[in-house]
Amino acid sequence: MTSTASAAAAEPESATDLAVGRAFRLPAAALAVGIVAVAAVAVFSATQGAAGLPVGGVLSAIFDRVPMLGIDSTLSERQESILFEIRLPRMVLGMLVGGSLAMAGAAYQGVFRNPLADPYLLGVSAGAGLGAVLALGFDLDVGWGPFDAVSAAAFVGALVAVSLSAAIARGPGSSPATLLLAGVAMAALFSASQTFALQRLSDTRAREVLSWLFGQLNTSGWEQVWVLGPYFVVCGLILVLHRRHLDVMRVGDDEAASLGLDPARARLVIVIAASVLTAAAVAVSGLIAFVGLVVPHIVRLLVGSSYRAIVPLSALFGAAFLGFVDVGARTVLSPAELPVGVITAFVGAPFFAFILWRGKAVAA
Amino acid sequence: MHRPTILTAIIVALALLGAACGDDDTAGESDATTTAPTDDGVVQGDFPVTIESAGGTWTLESAPQRIVSLSPMATEVLFAIGAGPQVVAVDAYSYFPEEAPVTDLSGFDPNVEAITALEPDLVVIVNDANELIAGLTALDIPVLVSAAPADIESGYASMAELGVASGRIDEAAAAVESLRAEIDAALADAPRTTARIYHELGDSLFSASSFGFVGAVYAEMGATNIADAADADQSGFPQLTEEYIVEADPELIVITDQVGYTTDDVLARPGWGEITAVVNGDVVVVNADIASRWGPRLPQFITAVADALAGIAVPVS
Repeated sequence: MTSTASAAAAEPESATDLAVGRAFRLPAAALAVGIVAVAAVAVFSATQGAAGLPVGGVLSAIFDRVPMLGIDSTLSERQESILFEIRLPRMVLGMLVGGSLAMAGAAYQGVFRNPLADPYLLGVSAGAGLGAVLALGFDLDVGWGPFDAVSAAAFVGALVAVSLSAAIARGPGSSPATLLLAGVAMAALFSASQTFALQRLSDTRAREVLSWLFGQLNTSGWEQVWVLGPYFVVCGLILVLHRRHLDVMRVGDDEAASLGLDPARARLVIVIAASVLTAAAVAVSGLIAFVGLVVPHIVRLLVGSSYRAIVPLSALFGAAFLGFVDVGARTVLSPAELPVGVITAFVGAPFFAFILWRGKAVAA
Repeated sequence: MHRPTILTAIIVALALLGAACGDDDTAGESDATTTAPTDDGVVQGDFPVTIESAGGTWTLESAPQRIVSLSPMATEVLFAIGAGPQVVAVDAYSYFPEEAPVTDLSGFDPNVEAITALEPDLVVIVNDANELIAGLTALDIPVLVSAAPADIESGYASMAELGVASGRIDEAAAAVESLRAEIDAALADAPRTTARIYHELGDSLFSASSFGFVGAVYAEMGATNIADAADADQSGFPQLTEEYIVEADPELIVITDQVGYTTDDVLARPGWGEITAVVNGDVVVVNADIASRWGPRLPQFITAVADALAGIAVPVS
């Protein structure tokens, strides 16, 4: 705590400077690693899958879509529709979800000064789960726009749970500990309601809900990418612009206030942006565990404890991580599917344990 | 000293809740008593009989008169073999036949107390949820695990088993015989086909492979079930990857009426446009109950599949 306090105090800045100053200064090496990782995962993911599309054919089909290259696709029409309507949208969705969860996780860890914080902390997961169970159980047909009923209900349920947590804590701006505990209470209440509702469902329906709860990236084409994309851009931008507030808030509310920052207001904005982003990710992919908790820590171990770097790099590394892991979900049991949430923990936990074993200290 | 106070409050609240649930159970019991066994047939079988299943080995001294069934499949069979009057309560999803004494008992999350309150002398279940077998065994209540059959033949065997346990051996034998005749006739009438079939259980792309009796029906007609390749552990219900479904190119897609989407939704799925069944519009809906439960209504499912196969664009012989 003393070392982080001195690190932040060593860079006193005015409030306006905090908001926009040095907005995109990142450690170049880590940034390069992140971009290369995303690119490598993209190529790997595009060429792997249950349908054994030839690698050369995949590349030719993709370059065929790039104008003025003069390369013709060697894939059949069915293979092309597998690639462009199933594999690529799923890959992009996985990356967007991974980036969203990791970025939201980093923001929560900063706001709550708690290394155990993850995007589902304030009841998002339980609220979304309850929404999904109710939508399936009551055959709600309330989908609006590109959201189907389950996604819409999950989105609403997640936001209701977070709002209740905030209301109990008398505003998201109140002390982090109060908000945290309110979130725990709401999560417990919503989980219990969800379990109760689940038991009232028929077996087919219960199975649908369960596989949704485990997290899945089975897409319906590009639709869910267009749903999540705007949330990723807008909320991500808000979080990136507030990353310096997170650095200052680490030293404590009083010190942050003395540096000219309104900690309650900053916390309000960050919690809302992270929660909305998480709710949108949950609505399209269900509950994918571990990404939001672990990726920010891995980034932190690479680049140090400044949120200026952690928040944007978490988006990159989260995207690469979930993109990579989803290849496993699609291929390990091929042609059967393995729930992606199983692999995130299966791959992520030992890796994270290894890093911890190497003796690095973890802090928020 | 706040903590003990709150704890006490919680304990009191739980006790009240328990009492309320207890009331419900009593109400369920009195309901059940109104449909109490009015044995109209002759119970045969040389009791005592010994039943053996995953629920243990039990010796029934006399024909059970208070059967509780937590299995919709077993309920259908019990009523089909004339043991209906011996059944005092069935689970919430046993809604066939209509005269079955439906209660809010759950087979997925069973409550031993609620079951014992009905004073059963035989409990039929599908699987051992919530340590149910141990709980009933401790109370010396016989349990019969009547698991979902893996194929059509073992379905007959589980019917016979229920006949032995309920003292309806002759009726069970007759029911098996007539069901076998019906199924054989339905299969004989069905077209022989080598069509590739995909039976979808929900939009998480779980499917019925030939290792369960549902998918086995397709195999009986000679069809190729695309889920078989994904079912290495022979669970009967593998989850498929979407890419694989498109590549496997099914010629008939079967969905059930409980999935919450329609054939049009399936036809409109992105990336599915090149699938032969989608090109030809060969996506059919079947009744989810008859397409997921072993029982006397299985011939209806076979006929429905046969009709669908006869209608698809891919030639059958």
